[in-house]
Amino acid sequence: MIAWLRPGANLRREFEAAAIAVLVAIAIGSVLMLVVGKSPAHVWSQMLRHVFSEPYWFGYMLYRATALALTGLAVAIALDAGMFNIGAEGQLTAGVVACAVIGTALPEATPAIVAVPVCLLGAALAGGIVGGIIGVLRVARGAHEVITSIMLNAIVAGMALYLGNVALFQGGTTTGKTIVSGAQLPLLGLSGSSANATLVITILVVALVWWLRSRTTWGMAWLAVGRDPAAARSVGIDVGRVRILAMVGSGALAGLAAVNFVMGHKHAFEEGLGRGTGLLGISVALLGRSHPIGIAVAALLLGFLSAGGLSVAQEVPKELTEMLQGVVVLAVACAGPWVRGKPNPVKGAA
Amino acid sequence: MTAKVAAELDKAYPGCVVLKGATIRVRPGTVHALVGENGAGKSTLVKILAGIVPSDRGTLAIDGASVPLGPWNRIAARAAGVGIVQQHGASAPTLSVVENAMLGVEGGAMLAFDAPAEALAKLGKQVGLPIDPRARAEDLPLGAAQRAEIVAALYHGAKVLILDEPTAVLTPVEVEGLLATLKRLASEGTTIIIVTHKLDEVRTVADDVTVLRAGETVATFSTVDAPLDTAAIARAMVGADLPAPTKVPAPGADAKIALELSGLKLGELQAASLSIRAGEIVGIAGIDGNGQRELALAIAGLERAEGTVKIGGRDVSRASPAARLAAGLAHIPEDRHHGGLILVASIAENLALGRADLTGRFRIDRARVAANAAAQIEQLDIRPPNPNALVEALSGGNQQKVVVGRELSRPRLVAVVASQPTRGVDLGAVARIHEQLRAAATGGAGVLVISADLDELLALCHRVVVILRGRLVGERTTRADLGALMTGAT
Repeated sequence: MIAWLRPGANLRREFEAAAIAVLVAIAIGSVLMLVVGKSPAHVWSQMLRHVFSEPYWFGYMLYRATALALTGLAVAIALDAGMFNIGAEGQLTAGVVACAVIGTALPEATPAIVAVPVCLLGAALAGGIVGGIIGVLRVARGAHEVITSIMLNAIVAGMALYLGNVALFQGGTTTGKTIVSGAQLPLLGLSGSSANATLVITILVVALVWWLRSRTTWGMAWLAVGRDPAAARSVGIDVGRVRILAMVGSGALAGLAAVNFVMGHKHAFEEGLGRGTGLLGISVALLGRSHPIGIAVAALLLGFLSAGGLSVAQEVPKELTEMLQGVVVLAVACAGPWVRGKPNPVKGAA
Repeated sequence: MTAKVAAELDKAYPGCVVLKGATIRVRPGTVHALVGENGAGKSTLVKILAGIVPSDRGTLAIDGASVPLGPWNRIAARAAGVGIVQQHGASAPTLSVVENAMLGVEGGAMLAFDAPAEALAKLGKQVGLPIDPRARAEDLPLGAAQRAEIVAALYHGAKVLILDEPTAVLTPVEVEGLLATLKRLASEGTTIIIVTHKLDEVRTVADDVTVLRAGETVATFSTVDAPLDTAAIARAMVGADLPAPTKVPAPGADAKIALELSGLKLGELQAASLSIRAGEIVGIAGIDGNGQRELALAIAGLERAEGTVKIGGRDVSRASPAARLAAGLAHIPEDRHHGGLILVASIAENLALGRADLTGRFRIDRARVAANAAAQIEQLDIRPPNPNALVEALSGGNQQKVVVGRELSRPRLVAVVASQPTRGVDLGAVARIHEQLRAAATGGAGVLVISADLDELLALCHRVVVILRGRLVGERTTRADLGALMTGAT
């Protein structure tokens, strides 16, 4: 459903799909807990209690959700434009490298008002370039973005590690130099958790994407291209340009997720930093049904599973909660077509 | 006299009642026309008769004997002698004619096609519908494919032959041939039910007429009483008088050239040259596949073509589609489902698609978009009159109104290219769409109408040019001359 005029009747169906997916995931998760000999009621209530009554776990949920919301948005705007960007992982890694390199290259006395925007832009730009490459290859050469983005994930990961080995890692460690203090974002002070000011930036970004998508001609063009490129073309929309720009934007958002890790938490380049967040972004985008608000909710939900899972790690194997995240994705993938497959209530027949 | 087929049927799809006690009574050995607008329930009714779609409730009698509707399906219908040729054909494209004919009735594990192939060819010759049973269905022209389906139905013992809009895909000459064949089959004892919304066909071929409107039988006509009154049939179909078309006065010789094409070449299209004056409506007549599709794409800039296109005197030969639209072009694509509409978007959204003059350049002016939708819905009588309804839920005619509304309401229209503007659209919508095209010409635009429907072109256009094998081969003024030139006869 194109959302720029009114959300429309399909909103309810989208919500149904997400809700069904979550319920199915809870059911399957409960079965898994029974299999490992735990009472599901006990585990779920423990997870809820930890996350919502202990600031540390609540903060951990927000920390995870922050990055997931950004990679989820990244995947979603590409999906809106009709492309499946599974390269958010590589775009995020590019962002991590750029953010850390710029953060360490700045003069020590750089004030936050300069250092923060410069590092943000660097992260977004690096991700945007990687995304843009995928877009250009699709538009100019017809190379399918799923293939190219998988390949770029591998290439970027390799390049990051190589750069780390030859230039960034400090004396035998897999950690780079610390970024200047001006580029370090403050923690939110949730009892030592890593939740940081990137959350505020993310909320602004979610609002901005929502506005662009539903209230501007940009959103109209990118949604039109995603829904029906032939129709978009015939009304004068430059489909190729929109696809490339959507991929640049998608990559930039994924790159921006690096801010949460580099500027908000570790303050340095680290091997494997943020790993998995780009791929989980696909789940977030699917679960959030590509809608910015839905994505924010989905990111919080996966953040909850992640925080809750860790908080009960002594009782329940960590692998089980990781499986849960996979179950959610499978459930979403199945629930979508199921809801869409229902007969259209107003469609007649001649 | 006992009716060959008599039915009273109810059918509803979720949220949509299609048939409400619709009745039909067909005399044996007659051609019975079932007419009505799109969405009236014609196709559903004949599909129930042929056992393709189950009915909700009702009665059905064949030769006066009541038939239980519960177990009524394709096999039962075939056994009772009811055959159907569906609207878009129902042949598996990679199978031969005989394989299609025997599909589902092979009778045993071993396939044996020689005897049926011979029988089909013989039957075809006998009823005047020559076919090649060994030809692959996808290799056949539409007319031949349809002949094969008719012969297959007769081969399976059809005493009642149902044809759902059989003429939609045929050339004028083929239509004449088909209608003559139907009359002959009827005179030889086969009962024919033909679904159509073309009244000239009804006049030519029908003995009796049943008119459906909104799922109910609203009128029946019969040649037993008097010759058919097509005006009365049209009134019954639409439920009101159609507005009398007003002819747009032809522009003077001093009128500016709105659209000028010279040496336009693209694929099938060979060096087309044409100029259209402001206020003029020019038709392009031709059988599908003679380059009309390419002509429209070349003018709209959707495919890169050789030659020049000038809109209002400005050369846009190398310009993007967007630049051509900005120069005053409006383009109604030939297939509303491929390039005309975003089916999963609403009426209001489709009406504003790509219309920067309505939406604003960056921030969407939602009040203006909504006001435009309300105005267009009112002006074109788009149903349902709900700007948020998804276009995929609309009937073909209403979908087409949305495309026409969006394109013809562009500001500063200079030239209009309308490809098949009323294909698959019912009478009421045709009248609205023609009205809009005339209004565009009256407003000073040069209008090019590409259509396979000669009646449409003759009613609408100041002059009609024939396209044949990619060339504009000449102007003609009468239906007969146009038909002859289209097929390359003269």
